[in-house]
Amino acid sequence: MERLEALLRRAFPEATDLRVVDRTGTGDHFHVVVTSPRFDGLPLVEQHKLVYAALSEPMGDGTIHELRITTRGRE
Amino acid sequence: MTDLATRIRDVIDNEPVALFMKGTPHMVMCGNSQRALDALRSAGAPVTAVDILPDPRIRQELSALSGWPTIPQVFIKGELVGGADIAEELAASGELERKLADALGDGYRSAAAEKVVQVV
Repeated sequence: MERLEALLRRAFPEATDLRVVDRTGTGDHFHVVVTSPRFDGLPLVEQHKLVYAALSEPMGDGTIHELRITTRGRE
Repeated sequence: MTDLATRIRDVIDNEPVALFMKGTPHMVMCGNSQRALDALRSAGAPVTAVDILPDPRIRQELSALSGWPTIPQVFIKGELVGGADIAEELAASGELERKLADALGDGYRSAAAEKVVQVV
């Protein structure tokens, strides 16, 4: 979980809200929430692609079995 | 492009609403595929489902085409809308119905019945 949070912080240093929730307590089903002005005006599909890109390593090595994503632009 | 990629592209481009999922609407094999299907049904979308489980290459070719790493994947008139989270979010806000009406016309609910197509 710390690893995911660190990767997201690196990718979204400007985020005003950034949270990683272990949904099942098993360290492989996560819900990430990112609020960032970078998402302003971007379609949701592009917002989520940015999150996937930031987490491509743990997605690819099997750390993440399931990922739920919530993104928001400027609050 | 491989034959498989061409068939996937064909479904994406020609079906009004394409849902690439694990299983079929009658036997859904994954909670997230169910969430996307439920969201689409709630908006009255004429879903064309493709089961990606019969061959691992389907998922590989699909993600290479779409740039989206996970399943399910929802397309409306050739355009990637997103996965289960986005489908749910758009359905809840009413935006999914607007998107469907914009892309397919106001009569989209009766335009086609739910169906399953195969790419392998």
